[in-house]
Amino acid sequence: MAEVHQDSGGSGSDFDLSQFYQIFFEEAGENLDLMEQMLLSLNLETADDEELNGIFRCAHSIKGGAATFGFSDVAELTHQMESLLDKLRRHELKPSSAMVDVLLESADASRALLACHQTGNVGQGPATVDLVGRIRSLVAGDAAGVVVPSKAVEAVVSHPSPVAVDVLPDATLSQVAATADGRRYLLIRLGKLDHLAQADAVAELFRDIPGLGEIKSVTPPDLAPDERVFEVVTTSSNEDLLDLFAFHVAREQVSISELDQTPVNAAPPQNAPVAVAAETATPIAYGFFDGAPGAPQPGAAGQPPAKHAVDAARNSATAPRTSNASAAPPEAATIRVAISKVDQLINLVGELVITQAMLAQNSRALDPAVYQQLLTGLSDLDRNTRDLQESVMSIRMIPMSIVFSRFPRMLRDLANKLGKKVDFVTQGEATELDKGLVEKITDPLTHLVRNSCDHGIEMPEDRIRAGKPETGTITLSAAHQGGSIVIEVRDDGKGMSREKILAKARERGMDVSDQLSDAEVWQLIFAPGFSTAEVVTDVSGRGVGMDVVKRNITSLNGTVEIESVEGYGMKVSVRLPLTLAIMDGMSVGVGNEVYILPLSSVVESFQVRSNAVSTVGQDSRLVKVRDEYMPVIELEKVFLVPRFDTEKTSDMMVVIEADGSRAVLLVDELLGQQQVVVKNLESNYKKVPNVSGATILGDGKVALILDTGALVRRSRH
Amino acid sequence: MNALSTVEKQNNIEAKSMAEYLTFRIGTEEYGIDILKVQEIRGYEPPTRIANAPSFVKGVINLRGTIVPIVDMRLKFNCPIVNYDSFTVVIVLNLHQRIVGIVVDSVSDVMGLDVDQIRTAPDIESIIDPESIIGLGALSDRMLILLDIEKLMSGNDMGLISDI
Repeated sequence: MAEVHQDSGGSGSDFDLSQFYQIFFEEAGENLDLMEQMLLSLNLETADDEELNGIFRCAHSIKGGAATFGFSDVAELTHQMESLLDKLRRHELKPSSAMVDVLLESADASRALLACHQTGNVGQGPATVDLVGRIRSLVAGDAAGVVVPSKAVEAVVSHPSPVAVDVLPDATLSQVAATADGRRYLLIRLGKLDHLAQADAVAELFRDIPGLGEIKSVTPPDLAPDERVFEVVTTSSNEDLLDLFAFHVAREQVSISELDQTPVNAAPPQNAPVAVAAETATPIAYGFFDGAPGAPQPGAAGQPPAKHAVDAARNSATAPRTSNASAAPPEAATIRVAISKVDQLINLVGELVITQAMLAQNSRALDPAVYQQLLTGLSDLDRNTRDLQESVMSIRMIPMSIVFSRFPRMLRDLANKLGKKVDFVTQGEATELDKGLVEKITDPLTHLVRNSCDHGIEMPEDRIRAGKPETGTITLSAAHQGGSIVIEVRDDGKGMSREKILAKARERGMDVSDQLSDAEVWQLIFAPGFSTAEVVTDVSGRGVGMDVVKRNITSLNGTVEIESVEGYGMKVSVRLPLTLAIMDGMSVGVGNEVYILPLSSVVESFQVRSNAVSTVGQDSRLVKVRDEYMPVIELEKVFLVPRFDTEKTSDMMVVIEADGSRAVLLVDELLGQQQVVVKNLESNYKKVPNVSGATILGDGKVALILDTGALVRRSRH
Repeated sequence: MNALSTVEKQNNIEAKSMAEYLTFRIGTEEYGIDILKVQEIRGYEPPTRIANAPSFVKGVINLRGTIVPIVDMRLKFNCPIVNYDSFTVVIVLNLHQRIVGIVVDSVSDVMGLDVDQIRTAPDIESIIDPESIIGLGALSDRMLILLDIEKLMSGNDMGLISDI
């Protein structure tokens, strides 16, 4: 660890850091997400240490990484955030919503800066000067002088001098730097180092993090061979420094003491590197300089420095442990794997299941008495394969919280902009959903949640007039129901007006009657161009209409339902299959071929009676099912199935429903229902009419999955 | 100086002669394709028919979980006799991340060909688009038709890729 950081700091090193960039960007992104989440859930009155520490750690890790990789703008910004958070977690400042705001904005800015670094557009990121200034003034607000909003300081300390730290001619930094409020002169002793390189790595930190301060190696006469001593000018607190150093050296190896402004610099002018100093090695208990005339700087009023050093030393046994331990678990708990690898794994397990099924089938004829061991083995194999398949499928499943977590922030901003008060409640974040679905459901859900806030929730005064609590509530919930997941967006706003929707529909020339059920009326808003904005509110819509939401969800084999009571709010329920990769299918036989129908679109099936079928124009056939005439689609003709057995004809009818209309499929036989793994036909071939995909049957053969929507449309032409 | 350029020349030829071809038979003809495009060779198994596909697209098979279309080159090249027996072979090709299997009568050999062994094909009327013939490999007693299989399979008439 220390070596990596050390190498990375050395500008002349040919160690290639770029291979770690991607990991850093991913981690930083995660940390920013986490921080944002925690900031939003932060209760300003009762913020506890654990929460504040958590937020601090996020900022801290980003800063550390950014500094290591030389992204000084990010490091600088996160460093300021860290200073503010540090004050908060040590209760030197009281959290305020202004702080949360500025921290959120800073998180956004860091994200943008990181994105610029990632794409190589360095220098095109947002300006951070303003944010840095605001954070500083917040930090200074209650504890002036601890961190100084002084440009002069920054100008001096952030100057990235490529100092080869340990060979500089001796010149006390304190003489170079002008006295300014908050500037602290410290003597830092790193003791009992395994590698002296660790000390260099610490020195590099000062070079890499602008605004941290300046460091200079000194060689007191009592320097032990495994020790290094530095003079430091900084505005950071001891705690900050210790946290930073923790990347390279353990806390118990660091001792910090205050120096006088004109320090008793015992270093000999030649400032020989360690080798020379080693001659005089007489190990002395560290804290050597504690007794030095280290009177606190006037500006460092908020800091009892000597005490700090002692505290730091005293706590050193436990403090670093806890901070390390609490930072570690999130990293260790997950690994990052390319999705293609997981898919490959799923494919392979699918193959294994098929092979296993084949073995099971072939072994059925064996005499159990003779082949007992073999059969036991096979039944074990059966169980293990199934478990394996289940576990592998679950890899792709990710919790809904990934989607939900982006909404609180969005709602907060939106509500602020609209001047509304909205509480956001989520339920069932742990519900798991296929990753592919999660990605595709995010946009429609975002639209629904925005709609609720924009059109549903009333202005605070309207709500009070209507006798409702001033703050509206939007609830987002997810739950499993059978083989599908149901996601609901509920609000307690004003709901939809049946009359207005009907009026609007008539205005648009749609054929609607007053007899429509509520559910049918609500479905009207899914018509293309039927903007909810025009219907119920004056706020204009934003491009994506409800028709797009509906279309997106339908393309995922899902459905949308609306319930609404005027004056009391509305609820939109989105029902989705658990995964795109697996579908409930019904296999049907035509001739010698097998086709799969999505079970979700099968309404019923029955054996046909010849008198129920009538023809129109000699060709098109209709069948009467319970007083309704439906077009008949003969799969045999659609797919030109070769017939070897001329005696046999199709006599099973399956009623399918898609896009709101029904048709009847004529097939030879129903083979059964099963879960099928949906495969893409187009990855190696092209789109086949009336076919939506393919799957692999138990015997390893490929069966085509019918596109019921296309079949129904075809029958209507 | 002279010696150097001779070496260079030799290297160049060697670099080109590194090209290795998988040779296979269709009827009485012998063809060669770039070995690097070949993913694997397997026995023929009846594929799942796809309705309304060209006759030479036999259908799709399950190749360890991937759906792979199967094209019978013998039908494509208007071969008079097309048998499916235990010797019929499918060459699975990997072309630009797309996987496709071609049916041929038999696979013969892998051979490296020198540049000077490859003759340009004369202009002839043929079912094969002259654009997709690299050249003719002249061996002592036989002729090898070297195909640019990538170009051949991505041609419009193969109907393997959706028209955009």
